Amino acid sequence: MTLSSQTKNLLKVHQQVNVNIEPNAGWRDLPIGGVIPQAGTATQFATGDWRTIRPVWSKEKCINCHRCWLYCPDMSWISENGQIQGVDLTYCKGCGICANVCPAKVHAIEMHPEDNFKDDEVVKEG
Amino acid sequence: MAVAVETQKTAALTGNEAAAQAMRQINPDVVAAYPITPQTEIVQLFSTFVSDGLVKTEFVAVESEHSAMSATVGAAAAGARAMTATSSQGLALMWEMLYIAAGMRVPVVMPMVNRALSSPINIHCDHSDSMGARDSGWLQIYSENAQEMYDNLIQAVRIAEHPDVLLPVMVTMDGFIISHGMENVELLPDRAVQDFVGEYHFPYPLLDVEHPKTLGPLALQDFYFEFKRQQAEAVHRAKNVILAVAEEYARISGRRYGFFEAYQMDDAEYAVVVLGSTAGTAKYVIDQLRQAGEKCGLVKIRVFRPFPGPELSELLSGLKALGILDRADTFSTQGGPLYLEVKAALYHALKRPKCINYIYGLGGRDIDPELIRQALMEIKDLGSEQADGVGPIVRYLGVRE
Ligand code: SF4
Ligand code: SF4
Repeated sequence: MTLSSQTKNLLKVHQQVNVNIEPNAGWRDLPIGGVIPQAGTATQFATGDWRTIRPVWSKEKCINCHRCWLYCPDMSWISENGQIQGVDLTYCKGCGICANVCPAKVHAIEMHPEDNFKDDEVVKEG
Repeated sequence: MAVAVETQKTAALTGNEAAAQAMRQINPDVVAAYPITPQTEIVQLFSTFVSDGLVKTEFVAVESEHSAMSATVGAAAAGARAMTATSSQGLALMWEMLYIAAGMRVPVVMPMVNRALSSPINIHCDHSDSMGARDSGWLQIYSENAQEMYDNLIQAVRIAEHPDVLLPVMVTMDGFIISHGMENVELLPDRAVQDFVGEYHFPYPLLDVEHPKTLGPLALQDFYFEFKRQQAEAVHRAKNVILAVAEEYARISGRRYGFFEAYQMDDAEYAVVVLGSTAGTAKYVIDQLRQAGEKCGLVKIRVFRPFPGPELSELLSGLKALGILDRADTFSTQGGPLYLEVKAALYHALKRPKCINYIYGLGGRDIDPELIRQALMEIKDLGSEQADGVGPIVRYLGVRE
């Protein structure tokens, strides 16, 4: 049985709930009403595969203002020792907020169509 | 009557007062509600119990029924025993949240006072409001009188919260006819109701911060269907629970309930099926006809969801003719909702009566004994050997032609 990445993601969530849940688990084996009786399971849901446009970062142009880091709804920007290191695309949905909030004069982030990267490993499977 | 009840007592109460008393004795953790005629009095009385310190309930005065049900569902998800109450347009405004309550499997209990839906604007009784919600996933229990409203409401808590069920329950009574009509009601002692409903433990309370969880998450093509299958199963399982709870309730109250009440059905050849207060009037007519030697009977449906199809089929299949009285229309040309359910239940019976439908009492139009007698005579004729065909299947009883 081949599974969509969506199914895999959902199953990861459910496997957190009950290790006995198989990919083809029947209704008797699922938590009542879709309850997820555990916290933090969103980390299992690699929302990066929703992305149609991808942020591309220029280290040279970046002035480390951290606006991208602050505004990204998926906490995809990586900062170490006060320095932006780049973007982790695992959860990046390609909303483009980072490119919008990056100061216009700096323009260190550009959004590019995912098609341009189709040979890449687009989503890191968690 | 804002006092505690220590021993079993008889009180003269309206249906609304009886419902409010049941809620006081249940003493829920949260009640979130918005006023609407003819339900207003239930929540108004209950709010005085709150301010008088007779209950420990957190009372949330919301700005609409959409919010009332949202807050109630939220409270239930948090782990609270949560209730609200509504009527007619209020139920209509709760629509979205009705399905959410059922899908999230939160055992909310709600008194629902039946009233016609607009338009035209009407505040009086018919069943179009709750009948519209019949496929929302809520269990539905209909009450003939104030006593049944009281008894059903107390039992509903246990039914809803049973781990095999975990579904919301709406308990209805007829607007004004019952909600504002005063009768003698036997109240159980507060202690007995408290012991009966017991302490409540929701299996997935959000307020259990040691075990954080998510309720009502996303489930798409891959899982949604399984959750709906679970839900359907819970409705099936509710049947046993309803009977077990009724049995236990009979032990503390002496009043016995089932899925329906069969009145004079033992040797009946023809009968009517009704919901709600009309059963009282119809029993009076049946008593009179019985004295005249007529073999007629009545079935009053108490539990409409889950619908007791096989049990009804067994009871009704031997009749010659059957009339189903609906206080709501489906506007489908196929008859009222109760008619459609009863007829569907009989389909697989080897022998089945001729069935016709009477739509009556819309917008509070009075249903008097004479109208019921007229219907019963038509049903009798239908069952006779000489009857030629069925005639009109859907008939309107008490409308001006
Ligand atoms: S595109 Fe959106 S999700 Fe992706 S890194 Fe930028 S702000 Fe975050
Ligand atoms: S918003 Fe632009 S300039 Fe600021 S840290 Fe992010 S990439 Fe660098």
